[in-house]
Formats: sequence, structure tokens, C-alpha cells
Amino acid sequence: MTQTPGTKCEISLIVNGEAKTVSAYPVERLLDVLRQHLGLTGTKEGCGEGECGACSVLMNGALVVSCLIPVAQAQGANVVTIEGVTGDARFRTLQEVFLECGAAQCGICTPGMILATVHLLEKKPEPTIEEIRERLAGNLCRCTGYLQILEAVAEAARRVARA
Amino acid sequence: MRSDPADFEFVAPTSLQDAVKLLAEQQKAWLPIAGGTDVMVQFAAGTLAARNLLSIWNVPELKRIEILPGEVQIGAGCTYTDLREHEVIAIEFPLLVRAASLTGSIANQNRGTLGGNIVNASPAADSLPALLVYGAELILVSVRGERRIAYCDFHTGYKQMQLAADELVRAICLPRNFSGYVSYTRKVGARRAQAISKVCIAALGRVQRATSVFIEDVRIALGSVAPVPIRLTGTERILIGNRLDSALVLRAEKTAAAEIRPISDMRSTVSYRTAVVSNLVGEFLERLGEGDGR
Amino acid sequence: MLASRLRSGPWRAWTPAATWEIGWSCLKTESIVGTATPRKEGRDKVTGHARYVDDLSFPNMLYGATVRSQIPRGKIKHVNFGPGILWNEFVVVSVKDIPGKNCIALIANDQPCLADGVVNHAEEPIILLAHPDRYALPKAVAAVSIEYEPLPAIFTIEESERRSEIIWGDDNVFKTYLIEKGDVDKVWAKADYIVEGEYFTGAQEQLYIETNGIIASFEAGQGITVWGSMQCPYYVHKALMALCDLPEDKVRVVQTETGGAFGGKEEYPSMIAAHAALLAMKSGRPVKIVYDRAEDMAATTKRHPSRTRHRTAVSKDGEILGGEIEFVIDGGAYSTLSSVVLSRGTIHAGGPYHWPNVRIRAKAVATNAPPHGAFRGFGAPQSLFAMERHMGCIARAVNISPSEIRRRNFLKPGQTTTTDQAIREPIDLTKLLDRALQLADYDVKQQRYAKENKEETEGLTRKKGMGIAAFLHGAGFTGSGERYLSSVVGVEGGADGGVRVLVSSTEFGQGTNTVLCQIAAEALGLRYGDVAIAQPDTAQVPNSGPTVASRTAMVVGKLVASAALGLKQTLIGTGMLGETHTAEEFRDACRKYIAAHGDLRSFARYEPPPGIHWDDEKYRGEAYAAFAWAVYVAEVTVDLATYSVSVDDFVALQEVGRVLHPVLARGQVLGGVAQGIGFALYEKVEWRNGRMHNNQMTNYIMPTSADVPAVRVYFEELGNQYGAFGAKGIGELPMDGPAPAIVNAVEDALRIPFNSVPLLPEDIFEAITGHERESRSLSEAK
Repeated sequence: MTQTPGTKCEISLIVNGEAKTVSAYPVERLLDVLRQHLGLTGTKEGCGEGECGACSVLMNGALVVSCLIPVAQAQGANVVTIEGVTGDARFRTLQEVFLECGAAQCGICTPGMILATVHLLEKKPEPTIEEIRERLAGNLCRCTGYLQILEAVAEAARRVARA
Repeated sequence: MRSDPADFEFVAPTSLQDAVKLLAEQQKAWLPIAGGTDVMVQFAAGTLAARNLLSIWNVPELKRIEILPGEVQIGAGCTYTDLREHEVIAIEFPLLVRAASLTGSIANQNRGTLGGNIVNASPAADSLPALLVYGAELILVSVRGERRIAYCDFHTGYKQMQLAADELVRAICLPRNFSGYVSYTRKVGARRAQAISKVCIAALGRVQRATSVFIEDVRIALGSVAPVPIRLTGTERILIGNRLDSALVLRAEKTAAAEIRPISDMRSTVSYRTAVVSNLVGEFLERLGEGDGR
Repeated sequence: MLASRLRSGPWRAWTPAATWEIGWSCLKTESIVGTATPRKEGRDKVTGHARYVDDLSFPNMLYGATVRSQIPRGKIKHVNFGPGILWNEFVVVSVKDIPGKNCIALIANDQPCLADGVVNHAEEPIILLAHPDRYALPKAVAAVSIEYEPLPAIFTIEESERRSEIIWGDDNVFKTYLIEKGDVDKVWAKADYIVEGEYFTGAQEQLYIETNGIIASFEAGQGITVWGSMQCPYYVHKALMALCDLPEDKVRVVQTETGGAFGGKEEYPSMIAAHAALLAMKSGRPVKIVYDRAEDMAATTKRHPSRTRHRTAVSKDGEILGGEIEFVIDGGAYSTLSSVVLSRGTIHAGGPYHWPNVRIRAKAVATNAPPHGAFRGFGAPQSLFAMERHMGCIARAVNISPSEIRRRNFLKPGQTTTTDQAIREPIDLTKLLDRALQLADYDVKQQRYAKENKEETEGLTRKKGMGIAAFLHGAGFTGSGERYLSSVVGVEGGADGGVRVLVSSTEFGQGTNTVLCQIAAEALGLRYGDVAIAQPDTAQVPNSGPTVASRTAMVVGKLVASAALGLKQTLIGTGMLGETHTAEEFRDACRKYIAAHGDLRSFARYEPPPGIHWDDEKYRGEAYAAFAWAVYVAEVTVDLATYSVSVDDFVALQEVGRVLHPVLARGQVLGGVAQGIGFALYEKVEWRNGRMHNNQMTNYIMPTSADVPAVRVYFEELGNQYGAFGAKGIGELPMDGPAPAIVNAVEDALRIPFNSVPLLPEDIFEAITGHERESRSLSEAK
């Protein structure tokens, strides 16, 4: 695809299981396309530098920070946001446990944190606290001091394993 | 967000051939963008000078990892996650995999590429010292064909490299020569995760044990202490072929401190970096002496 | 929710696949306070449905941006709107467009909304721009060039004190306080030891993950309405009235879901709301201003840097006979909240110790930095850092252990604080200390590490140490502050029989919604699920005071309980409800009442407790209705190769009156300790010419999950007659202890004193090598 400046392009991608086509400048951030074009405001901007993880989504199964992805590189991609996680019954337990364990205080890091957790549990269904700590280190939280988040992830993993 | 997306031109070739043709044909100063973990930060900050972006994210030739008898060829578009998850690389090149696991976050590792790390050429780049000690070679490609260059010759100065305007890094070749070596790597950053390094070290050593320990080979490289990643060739010279004892360790620490050219910047100071380099060289030699590979 | 009704653009309806489980406690009617009820707004937060200000969009909306000063001090000679921009597409606002007073009304009202011919700090707002395309703004901002006549600027407390440049008032001093107790001048002669020390704390950025943002709209008939991220809707309301010259009922302020605040959204939102309002008034269209991270970090408030000097007379048994404390904070360019930060820091400067004689001199001084402001702890983390480090100093001078020196000086019931406030509750700080030490295994570890640290230096890769911090934190506004606030709270019955709490107290993660609903539910004999809380909207809720000072659960909560009881009494009074009732019976009565009378509301106003006296002149008396008490213990490792400190274990033990919600309370302590670890070891603001140079998350280092240990949290409960269900405020307490506990631990490990935070590996390296250089030259001299 070649795109001269000032011209938008058509990007087709799958978002939360639904086929979507957006007209956007190729280098618009995936974050902004999700929030502005598709009205999916659950994904948040915390820093714009790929440092805080609040904008995390799954792209083709990989956890990525959507603030650093030009939307043209999401052409044909399968993207999952917090809205998709919410619509997926498999993750109901995870979200309930987050609530129970006090893993969300102000909530702004929570969507990114949940996406990172979904990614983590897919790779490691029974992680140790240390593995959780390491793999969530890219998601900054200013409210909780992390411990209740780590405990929530461990508890969610336990409950899912039991079920 | 301080850039206007409408100001940018963007092309996304789907083959290596198309990519190098574009680089050659159009006199446009294309900036290749792979995972975007450097370029897009500048874009958002409004400091990206380039206006013409050539996406190589979906060029399949750049994502291959080839295991050959004598070397492993890693496509420049391989991400840190690709490195971490590749069995052979994890076993034979632990310094590289460890550096990859310490780069940014999981999300950054899923997008950042080894080729990007090389051409972005931050003096603090985590993977580059490992490439130096492994004696990496780069395969560069353009419409004029391919050429190989020793990685140690690639960086010529701060953000300057032996890369023509129409060339891409196609692959990083690592010789499979390092079984039996002790590996040692540390990244010293401002915090335990997601930090830019103040000092990073990658080192390999092979010793012979008799009544004492003799150093057969040693390779030490550092990042963040010079405009480019560097091998401590002077320190290596005084170590190789000698008996490892505390006097030699002290000499090595002093030599290392003299070989580096750190600066004081927002992140750290000359004296701190120098002291830490000495300390880490000493720690490596201690591990080497104990035979404690890491 | 009101905000969601105002959205335009693509809107994806969401219907749940199945109903959510309601926490069992929602269905109970027995005790609700003290249990872990589900966070009131929690479901929206974990599903991504919570709407923060940048998630909202209005029809016809413009985006706003701010042109800011590039220099720290100077006169504005000319404002140039450069080429290459279609300026007629932009709304432009300058100081000339301000209808009312050009100030952000707060306390001294010295801070302009827009610079008027002169700037006193870098990032000071000068011109406002708005445009329909948010991408067009950065270029336009860059195209406004300002010609200045620079003036000499000052950046440190010392420069301000020198008075070679006067940048504020006559003498650069915003405020002073003097506390005197006993007769300090007589103690020096009796002292066996006179111990001096000087302690410093740096600026700290609140770093809420949601940056500041506001949407404003204006209609000639209705006036101004703003929505946004904030702690104090009525502060914004007051500021907009003065700025826009509008009466009370023509300004409406609505708080949207707020992604963290920590004090950073106490006063600053008034500024950004003022800017959005001016653009909305000029354009007649809604205007949204949301800061990106770089702007937020550089331009908004930070914790006040401080310098504390102690001079203490100590007996040979380690008892404090008396002393002088000088506490100074850097307020930045305008006074904003500095007088109040100074007040709290001053009152806490003596720590949880008995000072028979003391003189505390305090001042807040001006520098050409962006004004510093509220940040969790609000002056107390600064002065308590100094006090707890100074106790270490005293311990060493007198050769008594850190734990014993504290035992010998702790306040006891019956004794008085530095402001002559009598301790009337049965707090036993020695017992609290001993419990914390036991939980941390302090004695065993401290001795073992002392031994291990000494082992021949060859091969020693690390040193470990243990550190203690003992402290207190007064909850609620100081002295006559609560009386002055005169907070009002409402509880209203709904046509469906449910109840709504009406407060301007805001939720920003700490649990306001949850705790106030718990209190109302229990007071009314309802289930947690029967009670809701109104969105803080100045058109709909009374002024329950700002959401600051750890006052919400304790003070506002108590008013909620009162208002709730008032509501119940109304129903009982009509005979529609019995003295004892079930939840369903309450709901029936409520429905009946509303059907008959139209509405059902009860209000409660703050009444100062009897017998509480505070003298504003002499700064003496009952400073706070209640103190919470704490002892924290840190275990650290110092890596001798990299000089980095890691916190391996941390015990946080506090007496908090009553734990209203175990998960929320623990969450407050865990979060506060993490910020305290950042304050101690990581968070350094790099200043260049009065501007924050490291204004990116990459370069301003806050702790990640890898940097915070599994902090162990313990509570004790002595009750509190002045707080809802016996609660004391706890939001800020956890910020006071970690820094001194950690730095005390590093000193224990290295036997080198450190008197400044943040304490970076580079600082430790300099101290260790300086130390080695010193001891080497001494031994050479022999």
C-alpha cells in the first residue's frame, strides 16, 4: 500500500470478533482509531510513549501497546480490546476476581492490566506470583501498589484451573 | 499527541524486493519502520523529523530465523519475543535472550525488533553488547545485492553506521561457537523493569582449570558508556592467556574503567557509570573463576 | 449517567451476556461497615465502561491547547502569531478575554489564569487556542512566538532566602508559622547532647495515570458547565464564578470518573477548567482540553521540596528535653495552597514524640518554578522524613538503639503534642512499635545483617539493613478548618424506595463511593445494594467540602450517617416506619412517603465537636480531631556493585480507629507505601532552568510491580468518637512512613547517614566512595 501525505486509506481489521473498516491516515495510532473512529473508549492513553501499558490490546494474540502502532500495520489484524474481553464469557471470572480483590482503584490502568493478564494466563495458566509480577511490570499502576492486582491474577488463575 | 498524521507518507511493501526497490528508486529519504517502538514515540512527541515512512513490519523475509550448521541467521524483523521463544537461540545465545527479556515490557518485546535496535543505535540499547561478544555479522541488502559486515565495524559514531541510504539490515548472523563458555550479563537501570540502562554488560569467558584457573578466551562488551556499544579489547587483552587471580581482576577493573567513555546525563553520572563498570567486570571474572555461568 | 447521554458519534451499546453475581454482602442487612462490599463503580472499571473525561464527546466540540512560557521569569514584550497557520480557523483567548478577575481563586488569589504582561515560571499559561481538529493544535501552539525581556530567576530555597531577587511580595515569603511550647531557651544548658541535622526532600510528581482534562460548555442563558477529572467540584465552582463574573447558579461543575489524583487534582483543575471555560465562552461551542503526559508533568503541581533543620537537646538517657525545628518549603511562583501545606508540615514536625519544650519556625518561600501543590501527605511526609531521620541521628549520638530511643520519647496518653493537644485516647506507641518490630523480625535480622555486613569486604556483594519509622497523621482539616468548611451532606429517598447519598466528595480510586454507601446502608438498616451515590454535580449535591486531608470517610462519612438518621427519623415520625424495620419495610415506607409528599431528603451540616479549641494566632490547641498512628519497618538490600537499593520486606502497621472496608483500607496502605518507595528511591524531578526536564514516563521513574515487595499490612483499631463508625482518616498516613524507614534501613546497612530523598544509587555511590576516601586518608594520616 502506498499512501501520499494528506490521504486517508481504508483499513480492514477484526475488532472483538467483528469485521471493521475504517478510513484513517495510515500513521494514525491504533489507540486513536479504536477510541475515536470505533468508539471503543475502554482502551486508555496514559503516556503516549509505550511506557505505562494503559493502552494495551491484543493484536493477533500478542499483547501490544496501541499508542505505538500505526493503524496501517493493523491491516488485516485481529484486535481484542477490553470491550472484547468483557463480551467473552471465558473472562468473567477474571473480571469478578479483579473486583473482589481490590485490583481496581481508580480504574484507569485496569483495562490494560486485564489485557496483560489475559495474555499472561494464555501463555502461563498457572503462574507464580513472581511470574505475574514480571509479566505485568509493563503496566504501571499508581493507586494499588500492585499487590492486590498480583493476588487477583493468581486467584483468577486458581479458580479457572479448578473449574 | 503532537504530530499530525496527515503530514506523513506511508508505504508498506510486502516483500523484501519491493522494499529495497522503493528505497532505491525514490529520492525521498524513507525511514524504515518495523515495530515502531522508537519511531512512534518520536511521532507522538512531535519530534520525528522524517515524513516518509516505509513499513517493513510485514516483510516475511525479515522474520525468518534460519539454523545453519555454523551459524544462526536472525531476520532483522524478528521481535524480542521471537528471540526469547526460539529454542536454539535461548540455549546457544543466552546473553541475547536475557537482553531481550530485559528490554521494555512484554508489550514492547512483542513489537520491538533486533534490526530496529541496531539501526536506532541508541548507545543504551540492551541487545547490542551481546551481538558484539557473539561476534555477530550483519547481512545488508539493497537493489545492488547483499553484503556482510562484521557487526563490530557497523557503528562508526553516535547514531552513525555503515548503512547506505538505500540499504536495509536483512539478518543478524551469530556463529555457533559458544558452547562451553560462561555467560554473564547485567543491565543496570533506574528500576528493575522497564528502564533504559545506565550501564549494560554482556560477557563470555572460557577457562581452563588445573591447579589454577587460566583464561582461554574472554569477551566483554558494554552499552551506555560510549557513543556506541563497545568491546573492551584492552581489558580482554590483559586477561587472555593469564592466570585468574585477584591481582589480575584488579588490573582488569582498572583497565575497563579507562577504556570506556561515559557521559553524565539525565540518567546517571560519569563517576557512577565508571565505578559500576569496574564492579561488574570484577563480578564477571569472579563468576568465571567459580565456573558459575549465567 | 448524565455524561453518557451527552456522547455523540459512534456509540456501541453493550448488553451483558448474563447478570453479574452480586457480592453476598449486598444481600445482608447486618453489619456492612467493616466488610468487603464490592466497589460501587467497580463493575464499570473492570469492564472498560467507566467514562473518563477524554472518553466523552459533545456535538460541535472544539479541542483546546495552551501556549506557555518558555522562560522562568520575564516581561512579555510581544505575542506573535506566526505564518503557516490559518489563524481564522482558531479561537484565540488572551488575558483580555477574561470577563471577571484574572485569577484562579483559592486562598490568596495571586495566581493569574493567564499571564498579564509578566511570567513568573516556565510553563505559565499565556494564550489559549481552540480548533475542531485536535491534530491541528500542536503546530499552532508552536507557531505562537513570544518575545520576552527575561528577568533573573531563582530556583532554590536558599536563593529565595538570599533575597537578591524579590519575586513575590516584599520578601519572597508566602507564609510563616511559629509554634512555641514550654521554654526552649533554657534546655541547652541542661542537655547532655545537642544534636543537629539538616534534611531535604525533593519535588515529587503525582503521576496519576489519567492526565488532567476538562470539557466546558457555555450558553448565555445557562452559564458555564464543566465536566472533568477533579477532586473538588466546589473549588472549581468558586474559581469559575470569580473568573467569569457569574453568579452561583450560572456555574455548574460535574466530576467525571477520575483516574487517580493524590492531591494533584485538588487545585489544578480550577486552572484547566478556567481555560476551557474561556474558550467555550468565546467560541460558543463546547471545548475539551486534555493534557498529554509531557504537558501535565511540566506544567502542573508537584509536592513541595523541603528543608528541615533540627537542633535538639537530649539527655544522656536519650530523652528529648527540647529543641528548635526550622521547616521550610518551596512553594513555586504563586502561593496557591502553600500556606496550608506549611501548616500541616509544621504541626507534624515533631512526630509522635513528647516535646516538653519546642520552637518550630516554618516558612513557605517563593521560587520561579511552576507552583507546587497538594500531594498525599501535604507537608507531613516532608517534616516527618526529617524527624524520623533525626531520631536516627540522636540514637547514634547517644549510643542508644533506634527502637529504644523512640520508646523513650513516644507520646503517652495525657501528654501533649507540640501544639499542646492532649492525647486523650489509650494509644500505646511502645506496644505498636514492639508489634511492628516483631512482625518484621527486626531484632534478629538487624543483628544478623550487622554481623554479615562486617565480614571481610572481599567477596561481599551486598549489605542489608533494617529501618524504622514511627509517625502520626492528623485527619481532617487543621484546627478551625472543618468549622470554616461547614460541610453539608444530603441523603435522599427515591421513588423506587432506594436511597442516594448526595455529596460533593469525589471518588478517584480511594473508595469514596463504596464507603459512603456502606455507612448510609448500615445507618438506615438497608442492604448495600439499596444505596447509590449521586455523581458529584454542583447543581445536584451540597458542598461536603473538598476530597482531601483524609477527611472523607471520617468527617463526611459521619455527616452521611447523621443525614441518614435524619431521613429515617422523618419516616418514623410519620408512622410509616417502625423503630426497627427490615430493608424492605424501609423501601416501602420510602415509596409511600414520596408518593404522598413528592420528595424525601435529609441534610446534615458539620458541627464542631465540643471542647475542641484551636488558636489560629498562637497556632496552639487541638490541631486535629483525631490522629492515626503508625510504625513502619523496612528491610533493604544495597547492591555493592550497582549501589542500588531494593526493598525486600516491608511491614506497615497502623492504628486507624476503625477499618471500614478491609480491602479498600489495605489498598490505601499498599498504594501509599508504593508511592513512598518512589519518593524514597526513584522519583527525582530533574530541573533545568526552572522547568521539569524529565517530563516523560520514560525518564521520571515511578515503581513498577518489579520494584515493590509484597508489603505486609496490619491494622489496629482504637475507635474515634469524631469519625464515622469510629474511623480515622487513612488516605495520607501511608505516605509518611516509607521514605524515612527505607533511608534508616540504608543507613543501618552502610553505616553512612543519608539525609535527603530521593536517594539514588549515584548518591549512595558518592557517599560510599567519599566515605572510603575519608577513612583511607585518616588511616594514612596515622
